[in-house]
Amino acid sequence: MINLQTELKESIIEQLNLEDVEPADIGNDEPLFGDGLGLDSIDALELIVLLEKDYGIKLTDPAQSREIFVSINKMAEFIEANRTK
Amino acid sequence: MQQDFYIKDWVKIKDGKISNSKSEIFNSSEKNLDFFLKSVYDFLELKYPKFHKMDGLSKLGILGTEILFRKNSISTDTALILSNNASSLETDRQFQESTKTFASPALFVYTLPNIVLGEVSIKFKLQSENAFFIAESFNAELLKNYTESLLTSGKSSEVLCGWLNLQNGEYDVFLCLISPEINISFSEESLKNLYFAEND
Repeated sequence: MINLQTELKESIIEQLNLEDVEPADIGNDEPLFGDGLGLDSIDALELIVLLEKDYGIKLTDPAQSREIFVSINKMAEFIEANRTK
Repeated sequence: MQQDFYIKDWVKIKDGKISNSKSEIFNSSEKNLDFFLKSVYDFLELKYPKFHKMDGLSKLGILGTEILFRKNSISTDTALILSNNASSLETDRQFQESTKTFASPALFVYTLPNIVLGEVSIKFKLQSENAFFIAESFNAELLKNYTESLLTSGKSSEVLCGWLNLQNGEYDVFLCLISPEINISFSEESLKNLYFAEND
C-alpha cells in the first residue's frame, strides 16, 4: 500500500501536468514553489482543487495555502489532520 | 515611397504533417491531439516544461513559432497577428465540462484565444504588438492589411501572421513570417496560394 506522500506526489504530477517528473524526483521536504518544483500561482489553485476533490478539504482562507503547500510532508500532515474522505 | 514586404518563411501544421517553405519536416499518423503535440515537442527537442501545462491551441502556436523562429533570428519587436474561426472553443468546452465537478483553474486561464499570443511572447521574449482575430474563414486581406500597417508605420520590423485553428481535435495552422527581406512576394494572392495549396 502506498503512503500518503507517494500518493500526493503522483496526484500532483498528474494534476499539474509535470511531464518528465517522477515521484522519486520530489523530495518530501523539498519546496514545492520557488526553487523547488517551480510551481506557480495557477498550480496553487489546482492544489486547492486537489485537496477538496481527493480529500474533502475545503480551504476557506486562501492564505492558508502558503503554510500547507510548503512541501509534500507539510501537505500530508495537513491532510491527515483534516481529511473527510 | 511604397516599401515592399516578403514572406520570409512559413510553416503549416495539419493532418499530422508539418511543412515549411523548404520541405515537409515532420509526419505522423498519430490521431490523438495530445500525443501528436507531444511527439512534435520531442521531435523538436524542446526543453520547456511550461509547454505541458498549455492548452492545445497554445501548444500549436508554440510549436509553429518555434519552427519558424529557430531558423530565423527574431527581433523583440516582431508582431503577432493571428486569426481563426473557433476562438478557444476547444478549451472552453473542456473547462465547462470541469465545472460539473471541480472547475479547473489551469483550463480557465486558456479560455481566450489571445492567450496563445502571450505564451509565444513569453517564450520568445517579444515586446510587440499583437492581435487575435476571429474570422469565418482564412482572411488574407485582413492579415495583409494589418501586417502592412505595422511594418510601414515602423511599429514592427517583422510580423508573424496567419491562421491558428483547433476544433474537435482537428488542427489547421498556417503561420508566415513577413519581413523586408526578399523571398516570396507578400500579397493577398500569395497568402491564399500558400494556405490553400494543400487545403482544398
